[in-house]
Amino acid sequence: MNFRGAKRWLLLGIALAILASYFSPQFNRYYLGVVIDVGIAIILATSLNLINGHTGQFSLGHAGFMAIGGYFSAWISLSVGESIQAFWYFPLSLCAGGVLAAAVGWLVGVPSLRLRGDYLAIVTLGFGEIIRVIAQNTEAVGAASGLKGIPKLTTLGWAFGFAVITVYAIATLVNSTYGRAFIAVHDDEIAAASHGVNTTRTKVVAFVTGAFFAGIAGGLYAHHKQFLSPTGFDWVKSIDIVVMVILGGMGRTGGVIAAAILLTLMPEFLREFSEYRMIIYSLLIILLMLLRPEGLFSFKTQRRSKS
Amino acid sequence: MSLPLLDLKNVTIKFGGLTAVSDLSISIGEGELVGLIGPNGAGKTTAFNMITGVYQPTSGEISFAGKNTLGVKPNQLAGLGIARTFQNIRLFRSMSVLDNVRVAARLHNHEGFFSSLWRGKRWRSAEVETEKNVMELLDIFNLGDQRDELATSMPYGDQRRLEIVRALATRPKILLLDEPAAGMNPSEKEDLMRLIRFVKERYQLSVLLVEHDMKVVMGICERIAVLEYGIKIAEGNPKEIQSHPKVIEAYLGAAAI
Amino acid sequence: MDWFLQQAINGLGLGAIYALIALGYTMVYGVLRFINFAHSDVLMLGAFTALYVAPQIEKVAGAESPVGCVMVFVVAAAVCACIGMLIERLAYRPLRNRPKLAVLITAIGVSLLIEYTAQNEKVFGSAPQPFPKLLSDYEINLGNLVVSSNDILTVGVTIVLLVAMWWIVQKTRVGTAMRAVSYNQQAAALMGVPVDKIISFTFGLGSALAAIAGVLYAMKAPGIEPLMGVQPGLRAFVAAVLGGIGNLPGAVLGGFLLGLLETFAGGIPGLSNYRDAIAFGILILILLLKPAGLLGRSTIEKV
Repeated sequence: MNFRGAKRWLLLGIALAILASYFSPQFNRYYLGVVIDVGIAIILATSLNLINGHTGQFSLGHAGFMAIGGYFSAWISLSVGESIQAFWYFPLSLCAGGVLAAAVGWLVGVPSLRLRGDYLAIVTLGFGEIIRVIAQNTEAVGAASGLKGIPKLTTLGWAFGFAVITVYAIATLVNSTYGRAFIAVHDDEIAAASHGVNTTRTKVVAFVTGAFFAGIAGGLYAHHKQFLSPTGFDWVKSIDIVVMVILGGMGRTGGVIAAAILLTLMPEFLREFSEYRMIIYSLLIILLMLLRPEGLFSFKTQRRSKS
Repeated sequence: MSLPLLDLKNVTIKFGGLTAVSDLSISIGEGELVGLIGPNGAGKTTAFNMITGVYQPTSGEISFAGKNTLGVKPNQLAGLGIARTFQNIRLFRSMSVLDNVRVAARLHNHEGFFSSLWRGKRWRSAEVETEKNVMELLDIFNLGDQRDELATSMPYGDQRRLEIVRALATRPKILLLDEPAAGMNPSEKEDLMRLIRFVKERYQLSVLLVEHDMKVVMGICERIAVLEYGIKIAEGNPKEIQSHPKVIEAYLGAAAI
Repeated sequence: MDWFLQQAINGLGLGAIYALIALGYTMVYGVLRFINFAHSDVLMLGAFTALYVAPQIEKVAGAESPVGCVMVFVVAAAVCACIGMLIERLAYRPLRNRPKLAVLITAIGVSLLIEYTAQNEKVFGSAPQPFPKLLSDYEINLGNLVVSSNDILTVGVTIVLLVAMWWIVQKTRVGTAMRAVSYNQQAAALMGVPVDKIISFTFGLGSALAAIAGVLYAMKAPGIEPLMGVQPGLRAFVAAVLGGIGNLPGAVLGGFLLGLLETFAGGIPGLSNYRDAIAFGILILILLLKPAGLLGRSTIEKV
């Protein structure tokens, strides 16, 4: 058994992130922006994978949690003034956004996770839309015209570092005796309950954890684009994230990361055909599903046999 | 007789207009091995589901170790010491053999969310301990070699035995077995009977067994209750049951008498 | 009081359209147990079909004639029925025995494909286009209340179609087959039900309903554009779930409820911005109290 391995990977990833942020001023700004987009997408997809993939609870409201984290941390940044220069400020404000998203995730999750399948999907979609509508009507965050002038604090290092932490957290959780309950709930709720798994609590923990990381991703996104618009967090955004999880093969961490990278880069590659870009993108989704319905990167149904 | 471990008093459950189990009273003492038999649709599995909290009875009382269990959730009942297997095997299909049992062993591994993230020393030793206990159980049932195989890819008989292992990993006081011999060949059935007796002694369990195979039931049960259309029609030791006129009628039809 | 009644009348007109769209969602769901995300885009295609054929029909049947109007509806319904069956054949049928989520994502892909293709300047373009007048629209005054003939038409069509759908599902051979497929596909196939044909038929029917709803919606809307189906589609989807997805009267009930809710909320200043949030809020509340929807029956899981 290789218990220490996971932490070593975490340290390596963080070291790489620090290294990357040291060199990042030398990169082309456009590529830098795309790579940060990729990092944010990885956080979103991996965290949704905990809910949709590992735990099997179909959520369509991930963009809503992203919005909460984004708006909250951006609002803090616009309110605090001087101290945003401090090194510790940014991770703290991101975590504040994450915690608020997690708290809302708890409020949403406790009542709605009793529902199953399509019903859970529509309720989470509904909550996501409610969050968007509230943002659209709240003057403090710019209402419908959006929140402008957010300081540019997201760097390659922060985006990549948080992506590493997210992947580590979710992979280690799922590969522990505690976290195996997520997969048990996914496989068979009744059998899980009969063997002592508190299924409601397990689902809520997955939901809240996923919401926390979505909130962080939202904060990174806000301080990357420097502008937030409520329409950017509608249910189509949630669906984008769901597509990453499904293409990656539901519950396969590696596959989901690869899908997040691929789906973020694809529109960039298609930039030259801007007129047909989205048509090609949607055609690719259909074709991929028809040809590889178990996910792009699944080759054998071999999963998690060792810890 | 000492105080019963599991006690059902006048338990009735209705689904819509259908009464699946009617006025069932049965009690199981500590260390007892009781059989529950009856034709298909007699309400045996429904009785299991009420004992394990999956269904709530419409009326009646169920108590376990002197504690009223009505309204207690299945996972809490598992914590109290009620474990079960399923008639239509319900293994965790995306997990290995080892992981299937580890889920059940979770009840006795007290590491939580943050310690599982941090993976400190205490977490590691708890993890090693859990795996050791699980492997011990798997080895008793000769499933140790298949620890890394996908549980649902194993032969049918092995899957049934894995269900028993998984139930035992919760360290129950009573084990409810729902047709454990279904789909097994005669020699596997012999092994199974031996194993049930063995684990009952070794872990000092009470066992409630639902089974269609009369050889198995008559061979190992100390006491047998017979259900027909949700009503208990007879109860007694194997000899008494075999010669009970109502039981013969239920199984062979009235013409046989 | 007048204000209340007036809002109720407007709400019924709007709700009837939601109800029609929800009927289509629910029929497909009933047979295949999956949410056809492309449904709202078929609705848009129905409106655009009408936009293109209406001038041709006008030449034959004369301007704003009832016969011409019916012909427009029939053509739009027929075209969309074909499109619906085509989508099913090409995108969904190959995934019939695959995980449900794969089908769901494919449906989302189909939806995006139709939307982006339609938005291309060489197809419909993304700018709104005026919709031709199919029927002369007049207003009936009842005391202080105004009822538009359009709303009466919409409500009438919805009720007629609900009854027709109910009749097809409950009283005809095809309907029996549909229910059999819904209950158990394998068993139905073993009993000689042509499952593929039945599913295809259901898609055709659902898409025809969407087309009719699309034309009715276009007749009320200031203009039509490729994303016109998204908002009503989402609300109809909510309506279908609200009523108990898979349940025909439930879909219509949900549709009317949602339409009423929207107009009432829209009529109260300060609340109008929150219309969507209120609709979803009520849906969530109802699902939490009745997890299978208003008219849906909850099932006990067999253990």
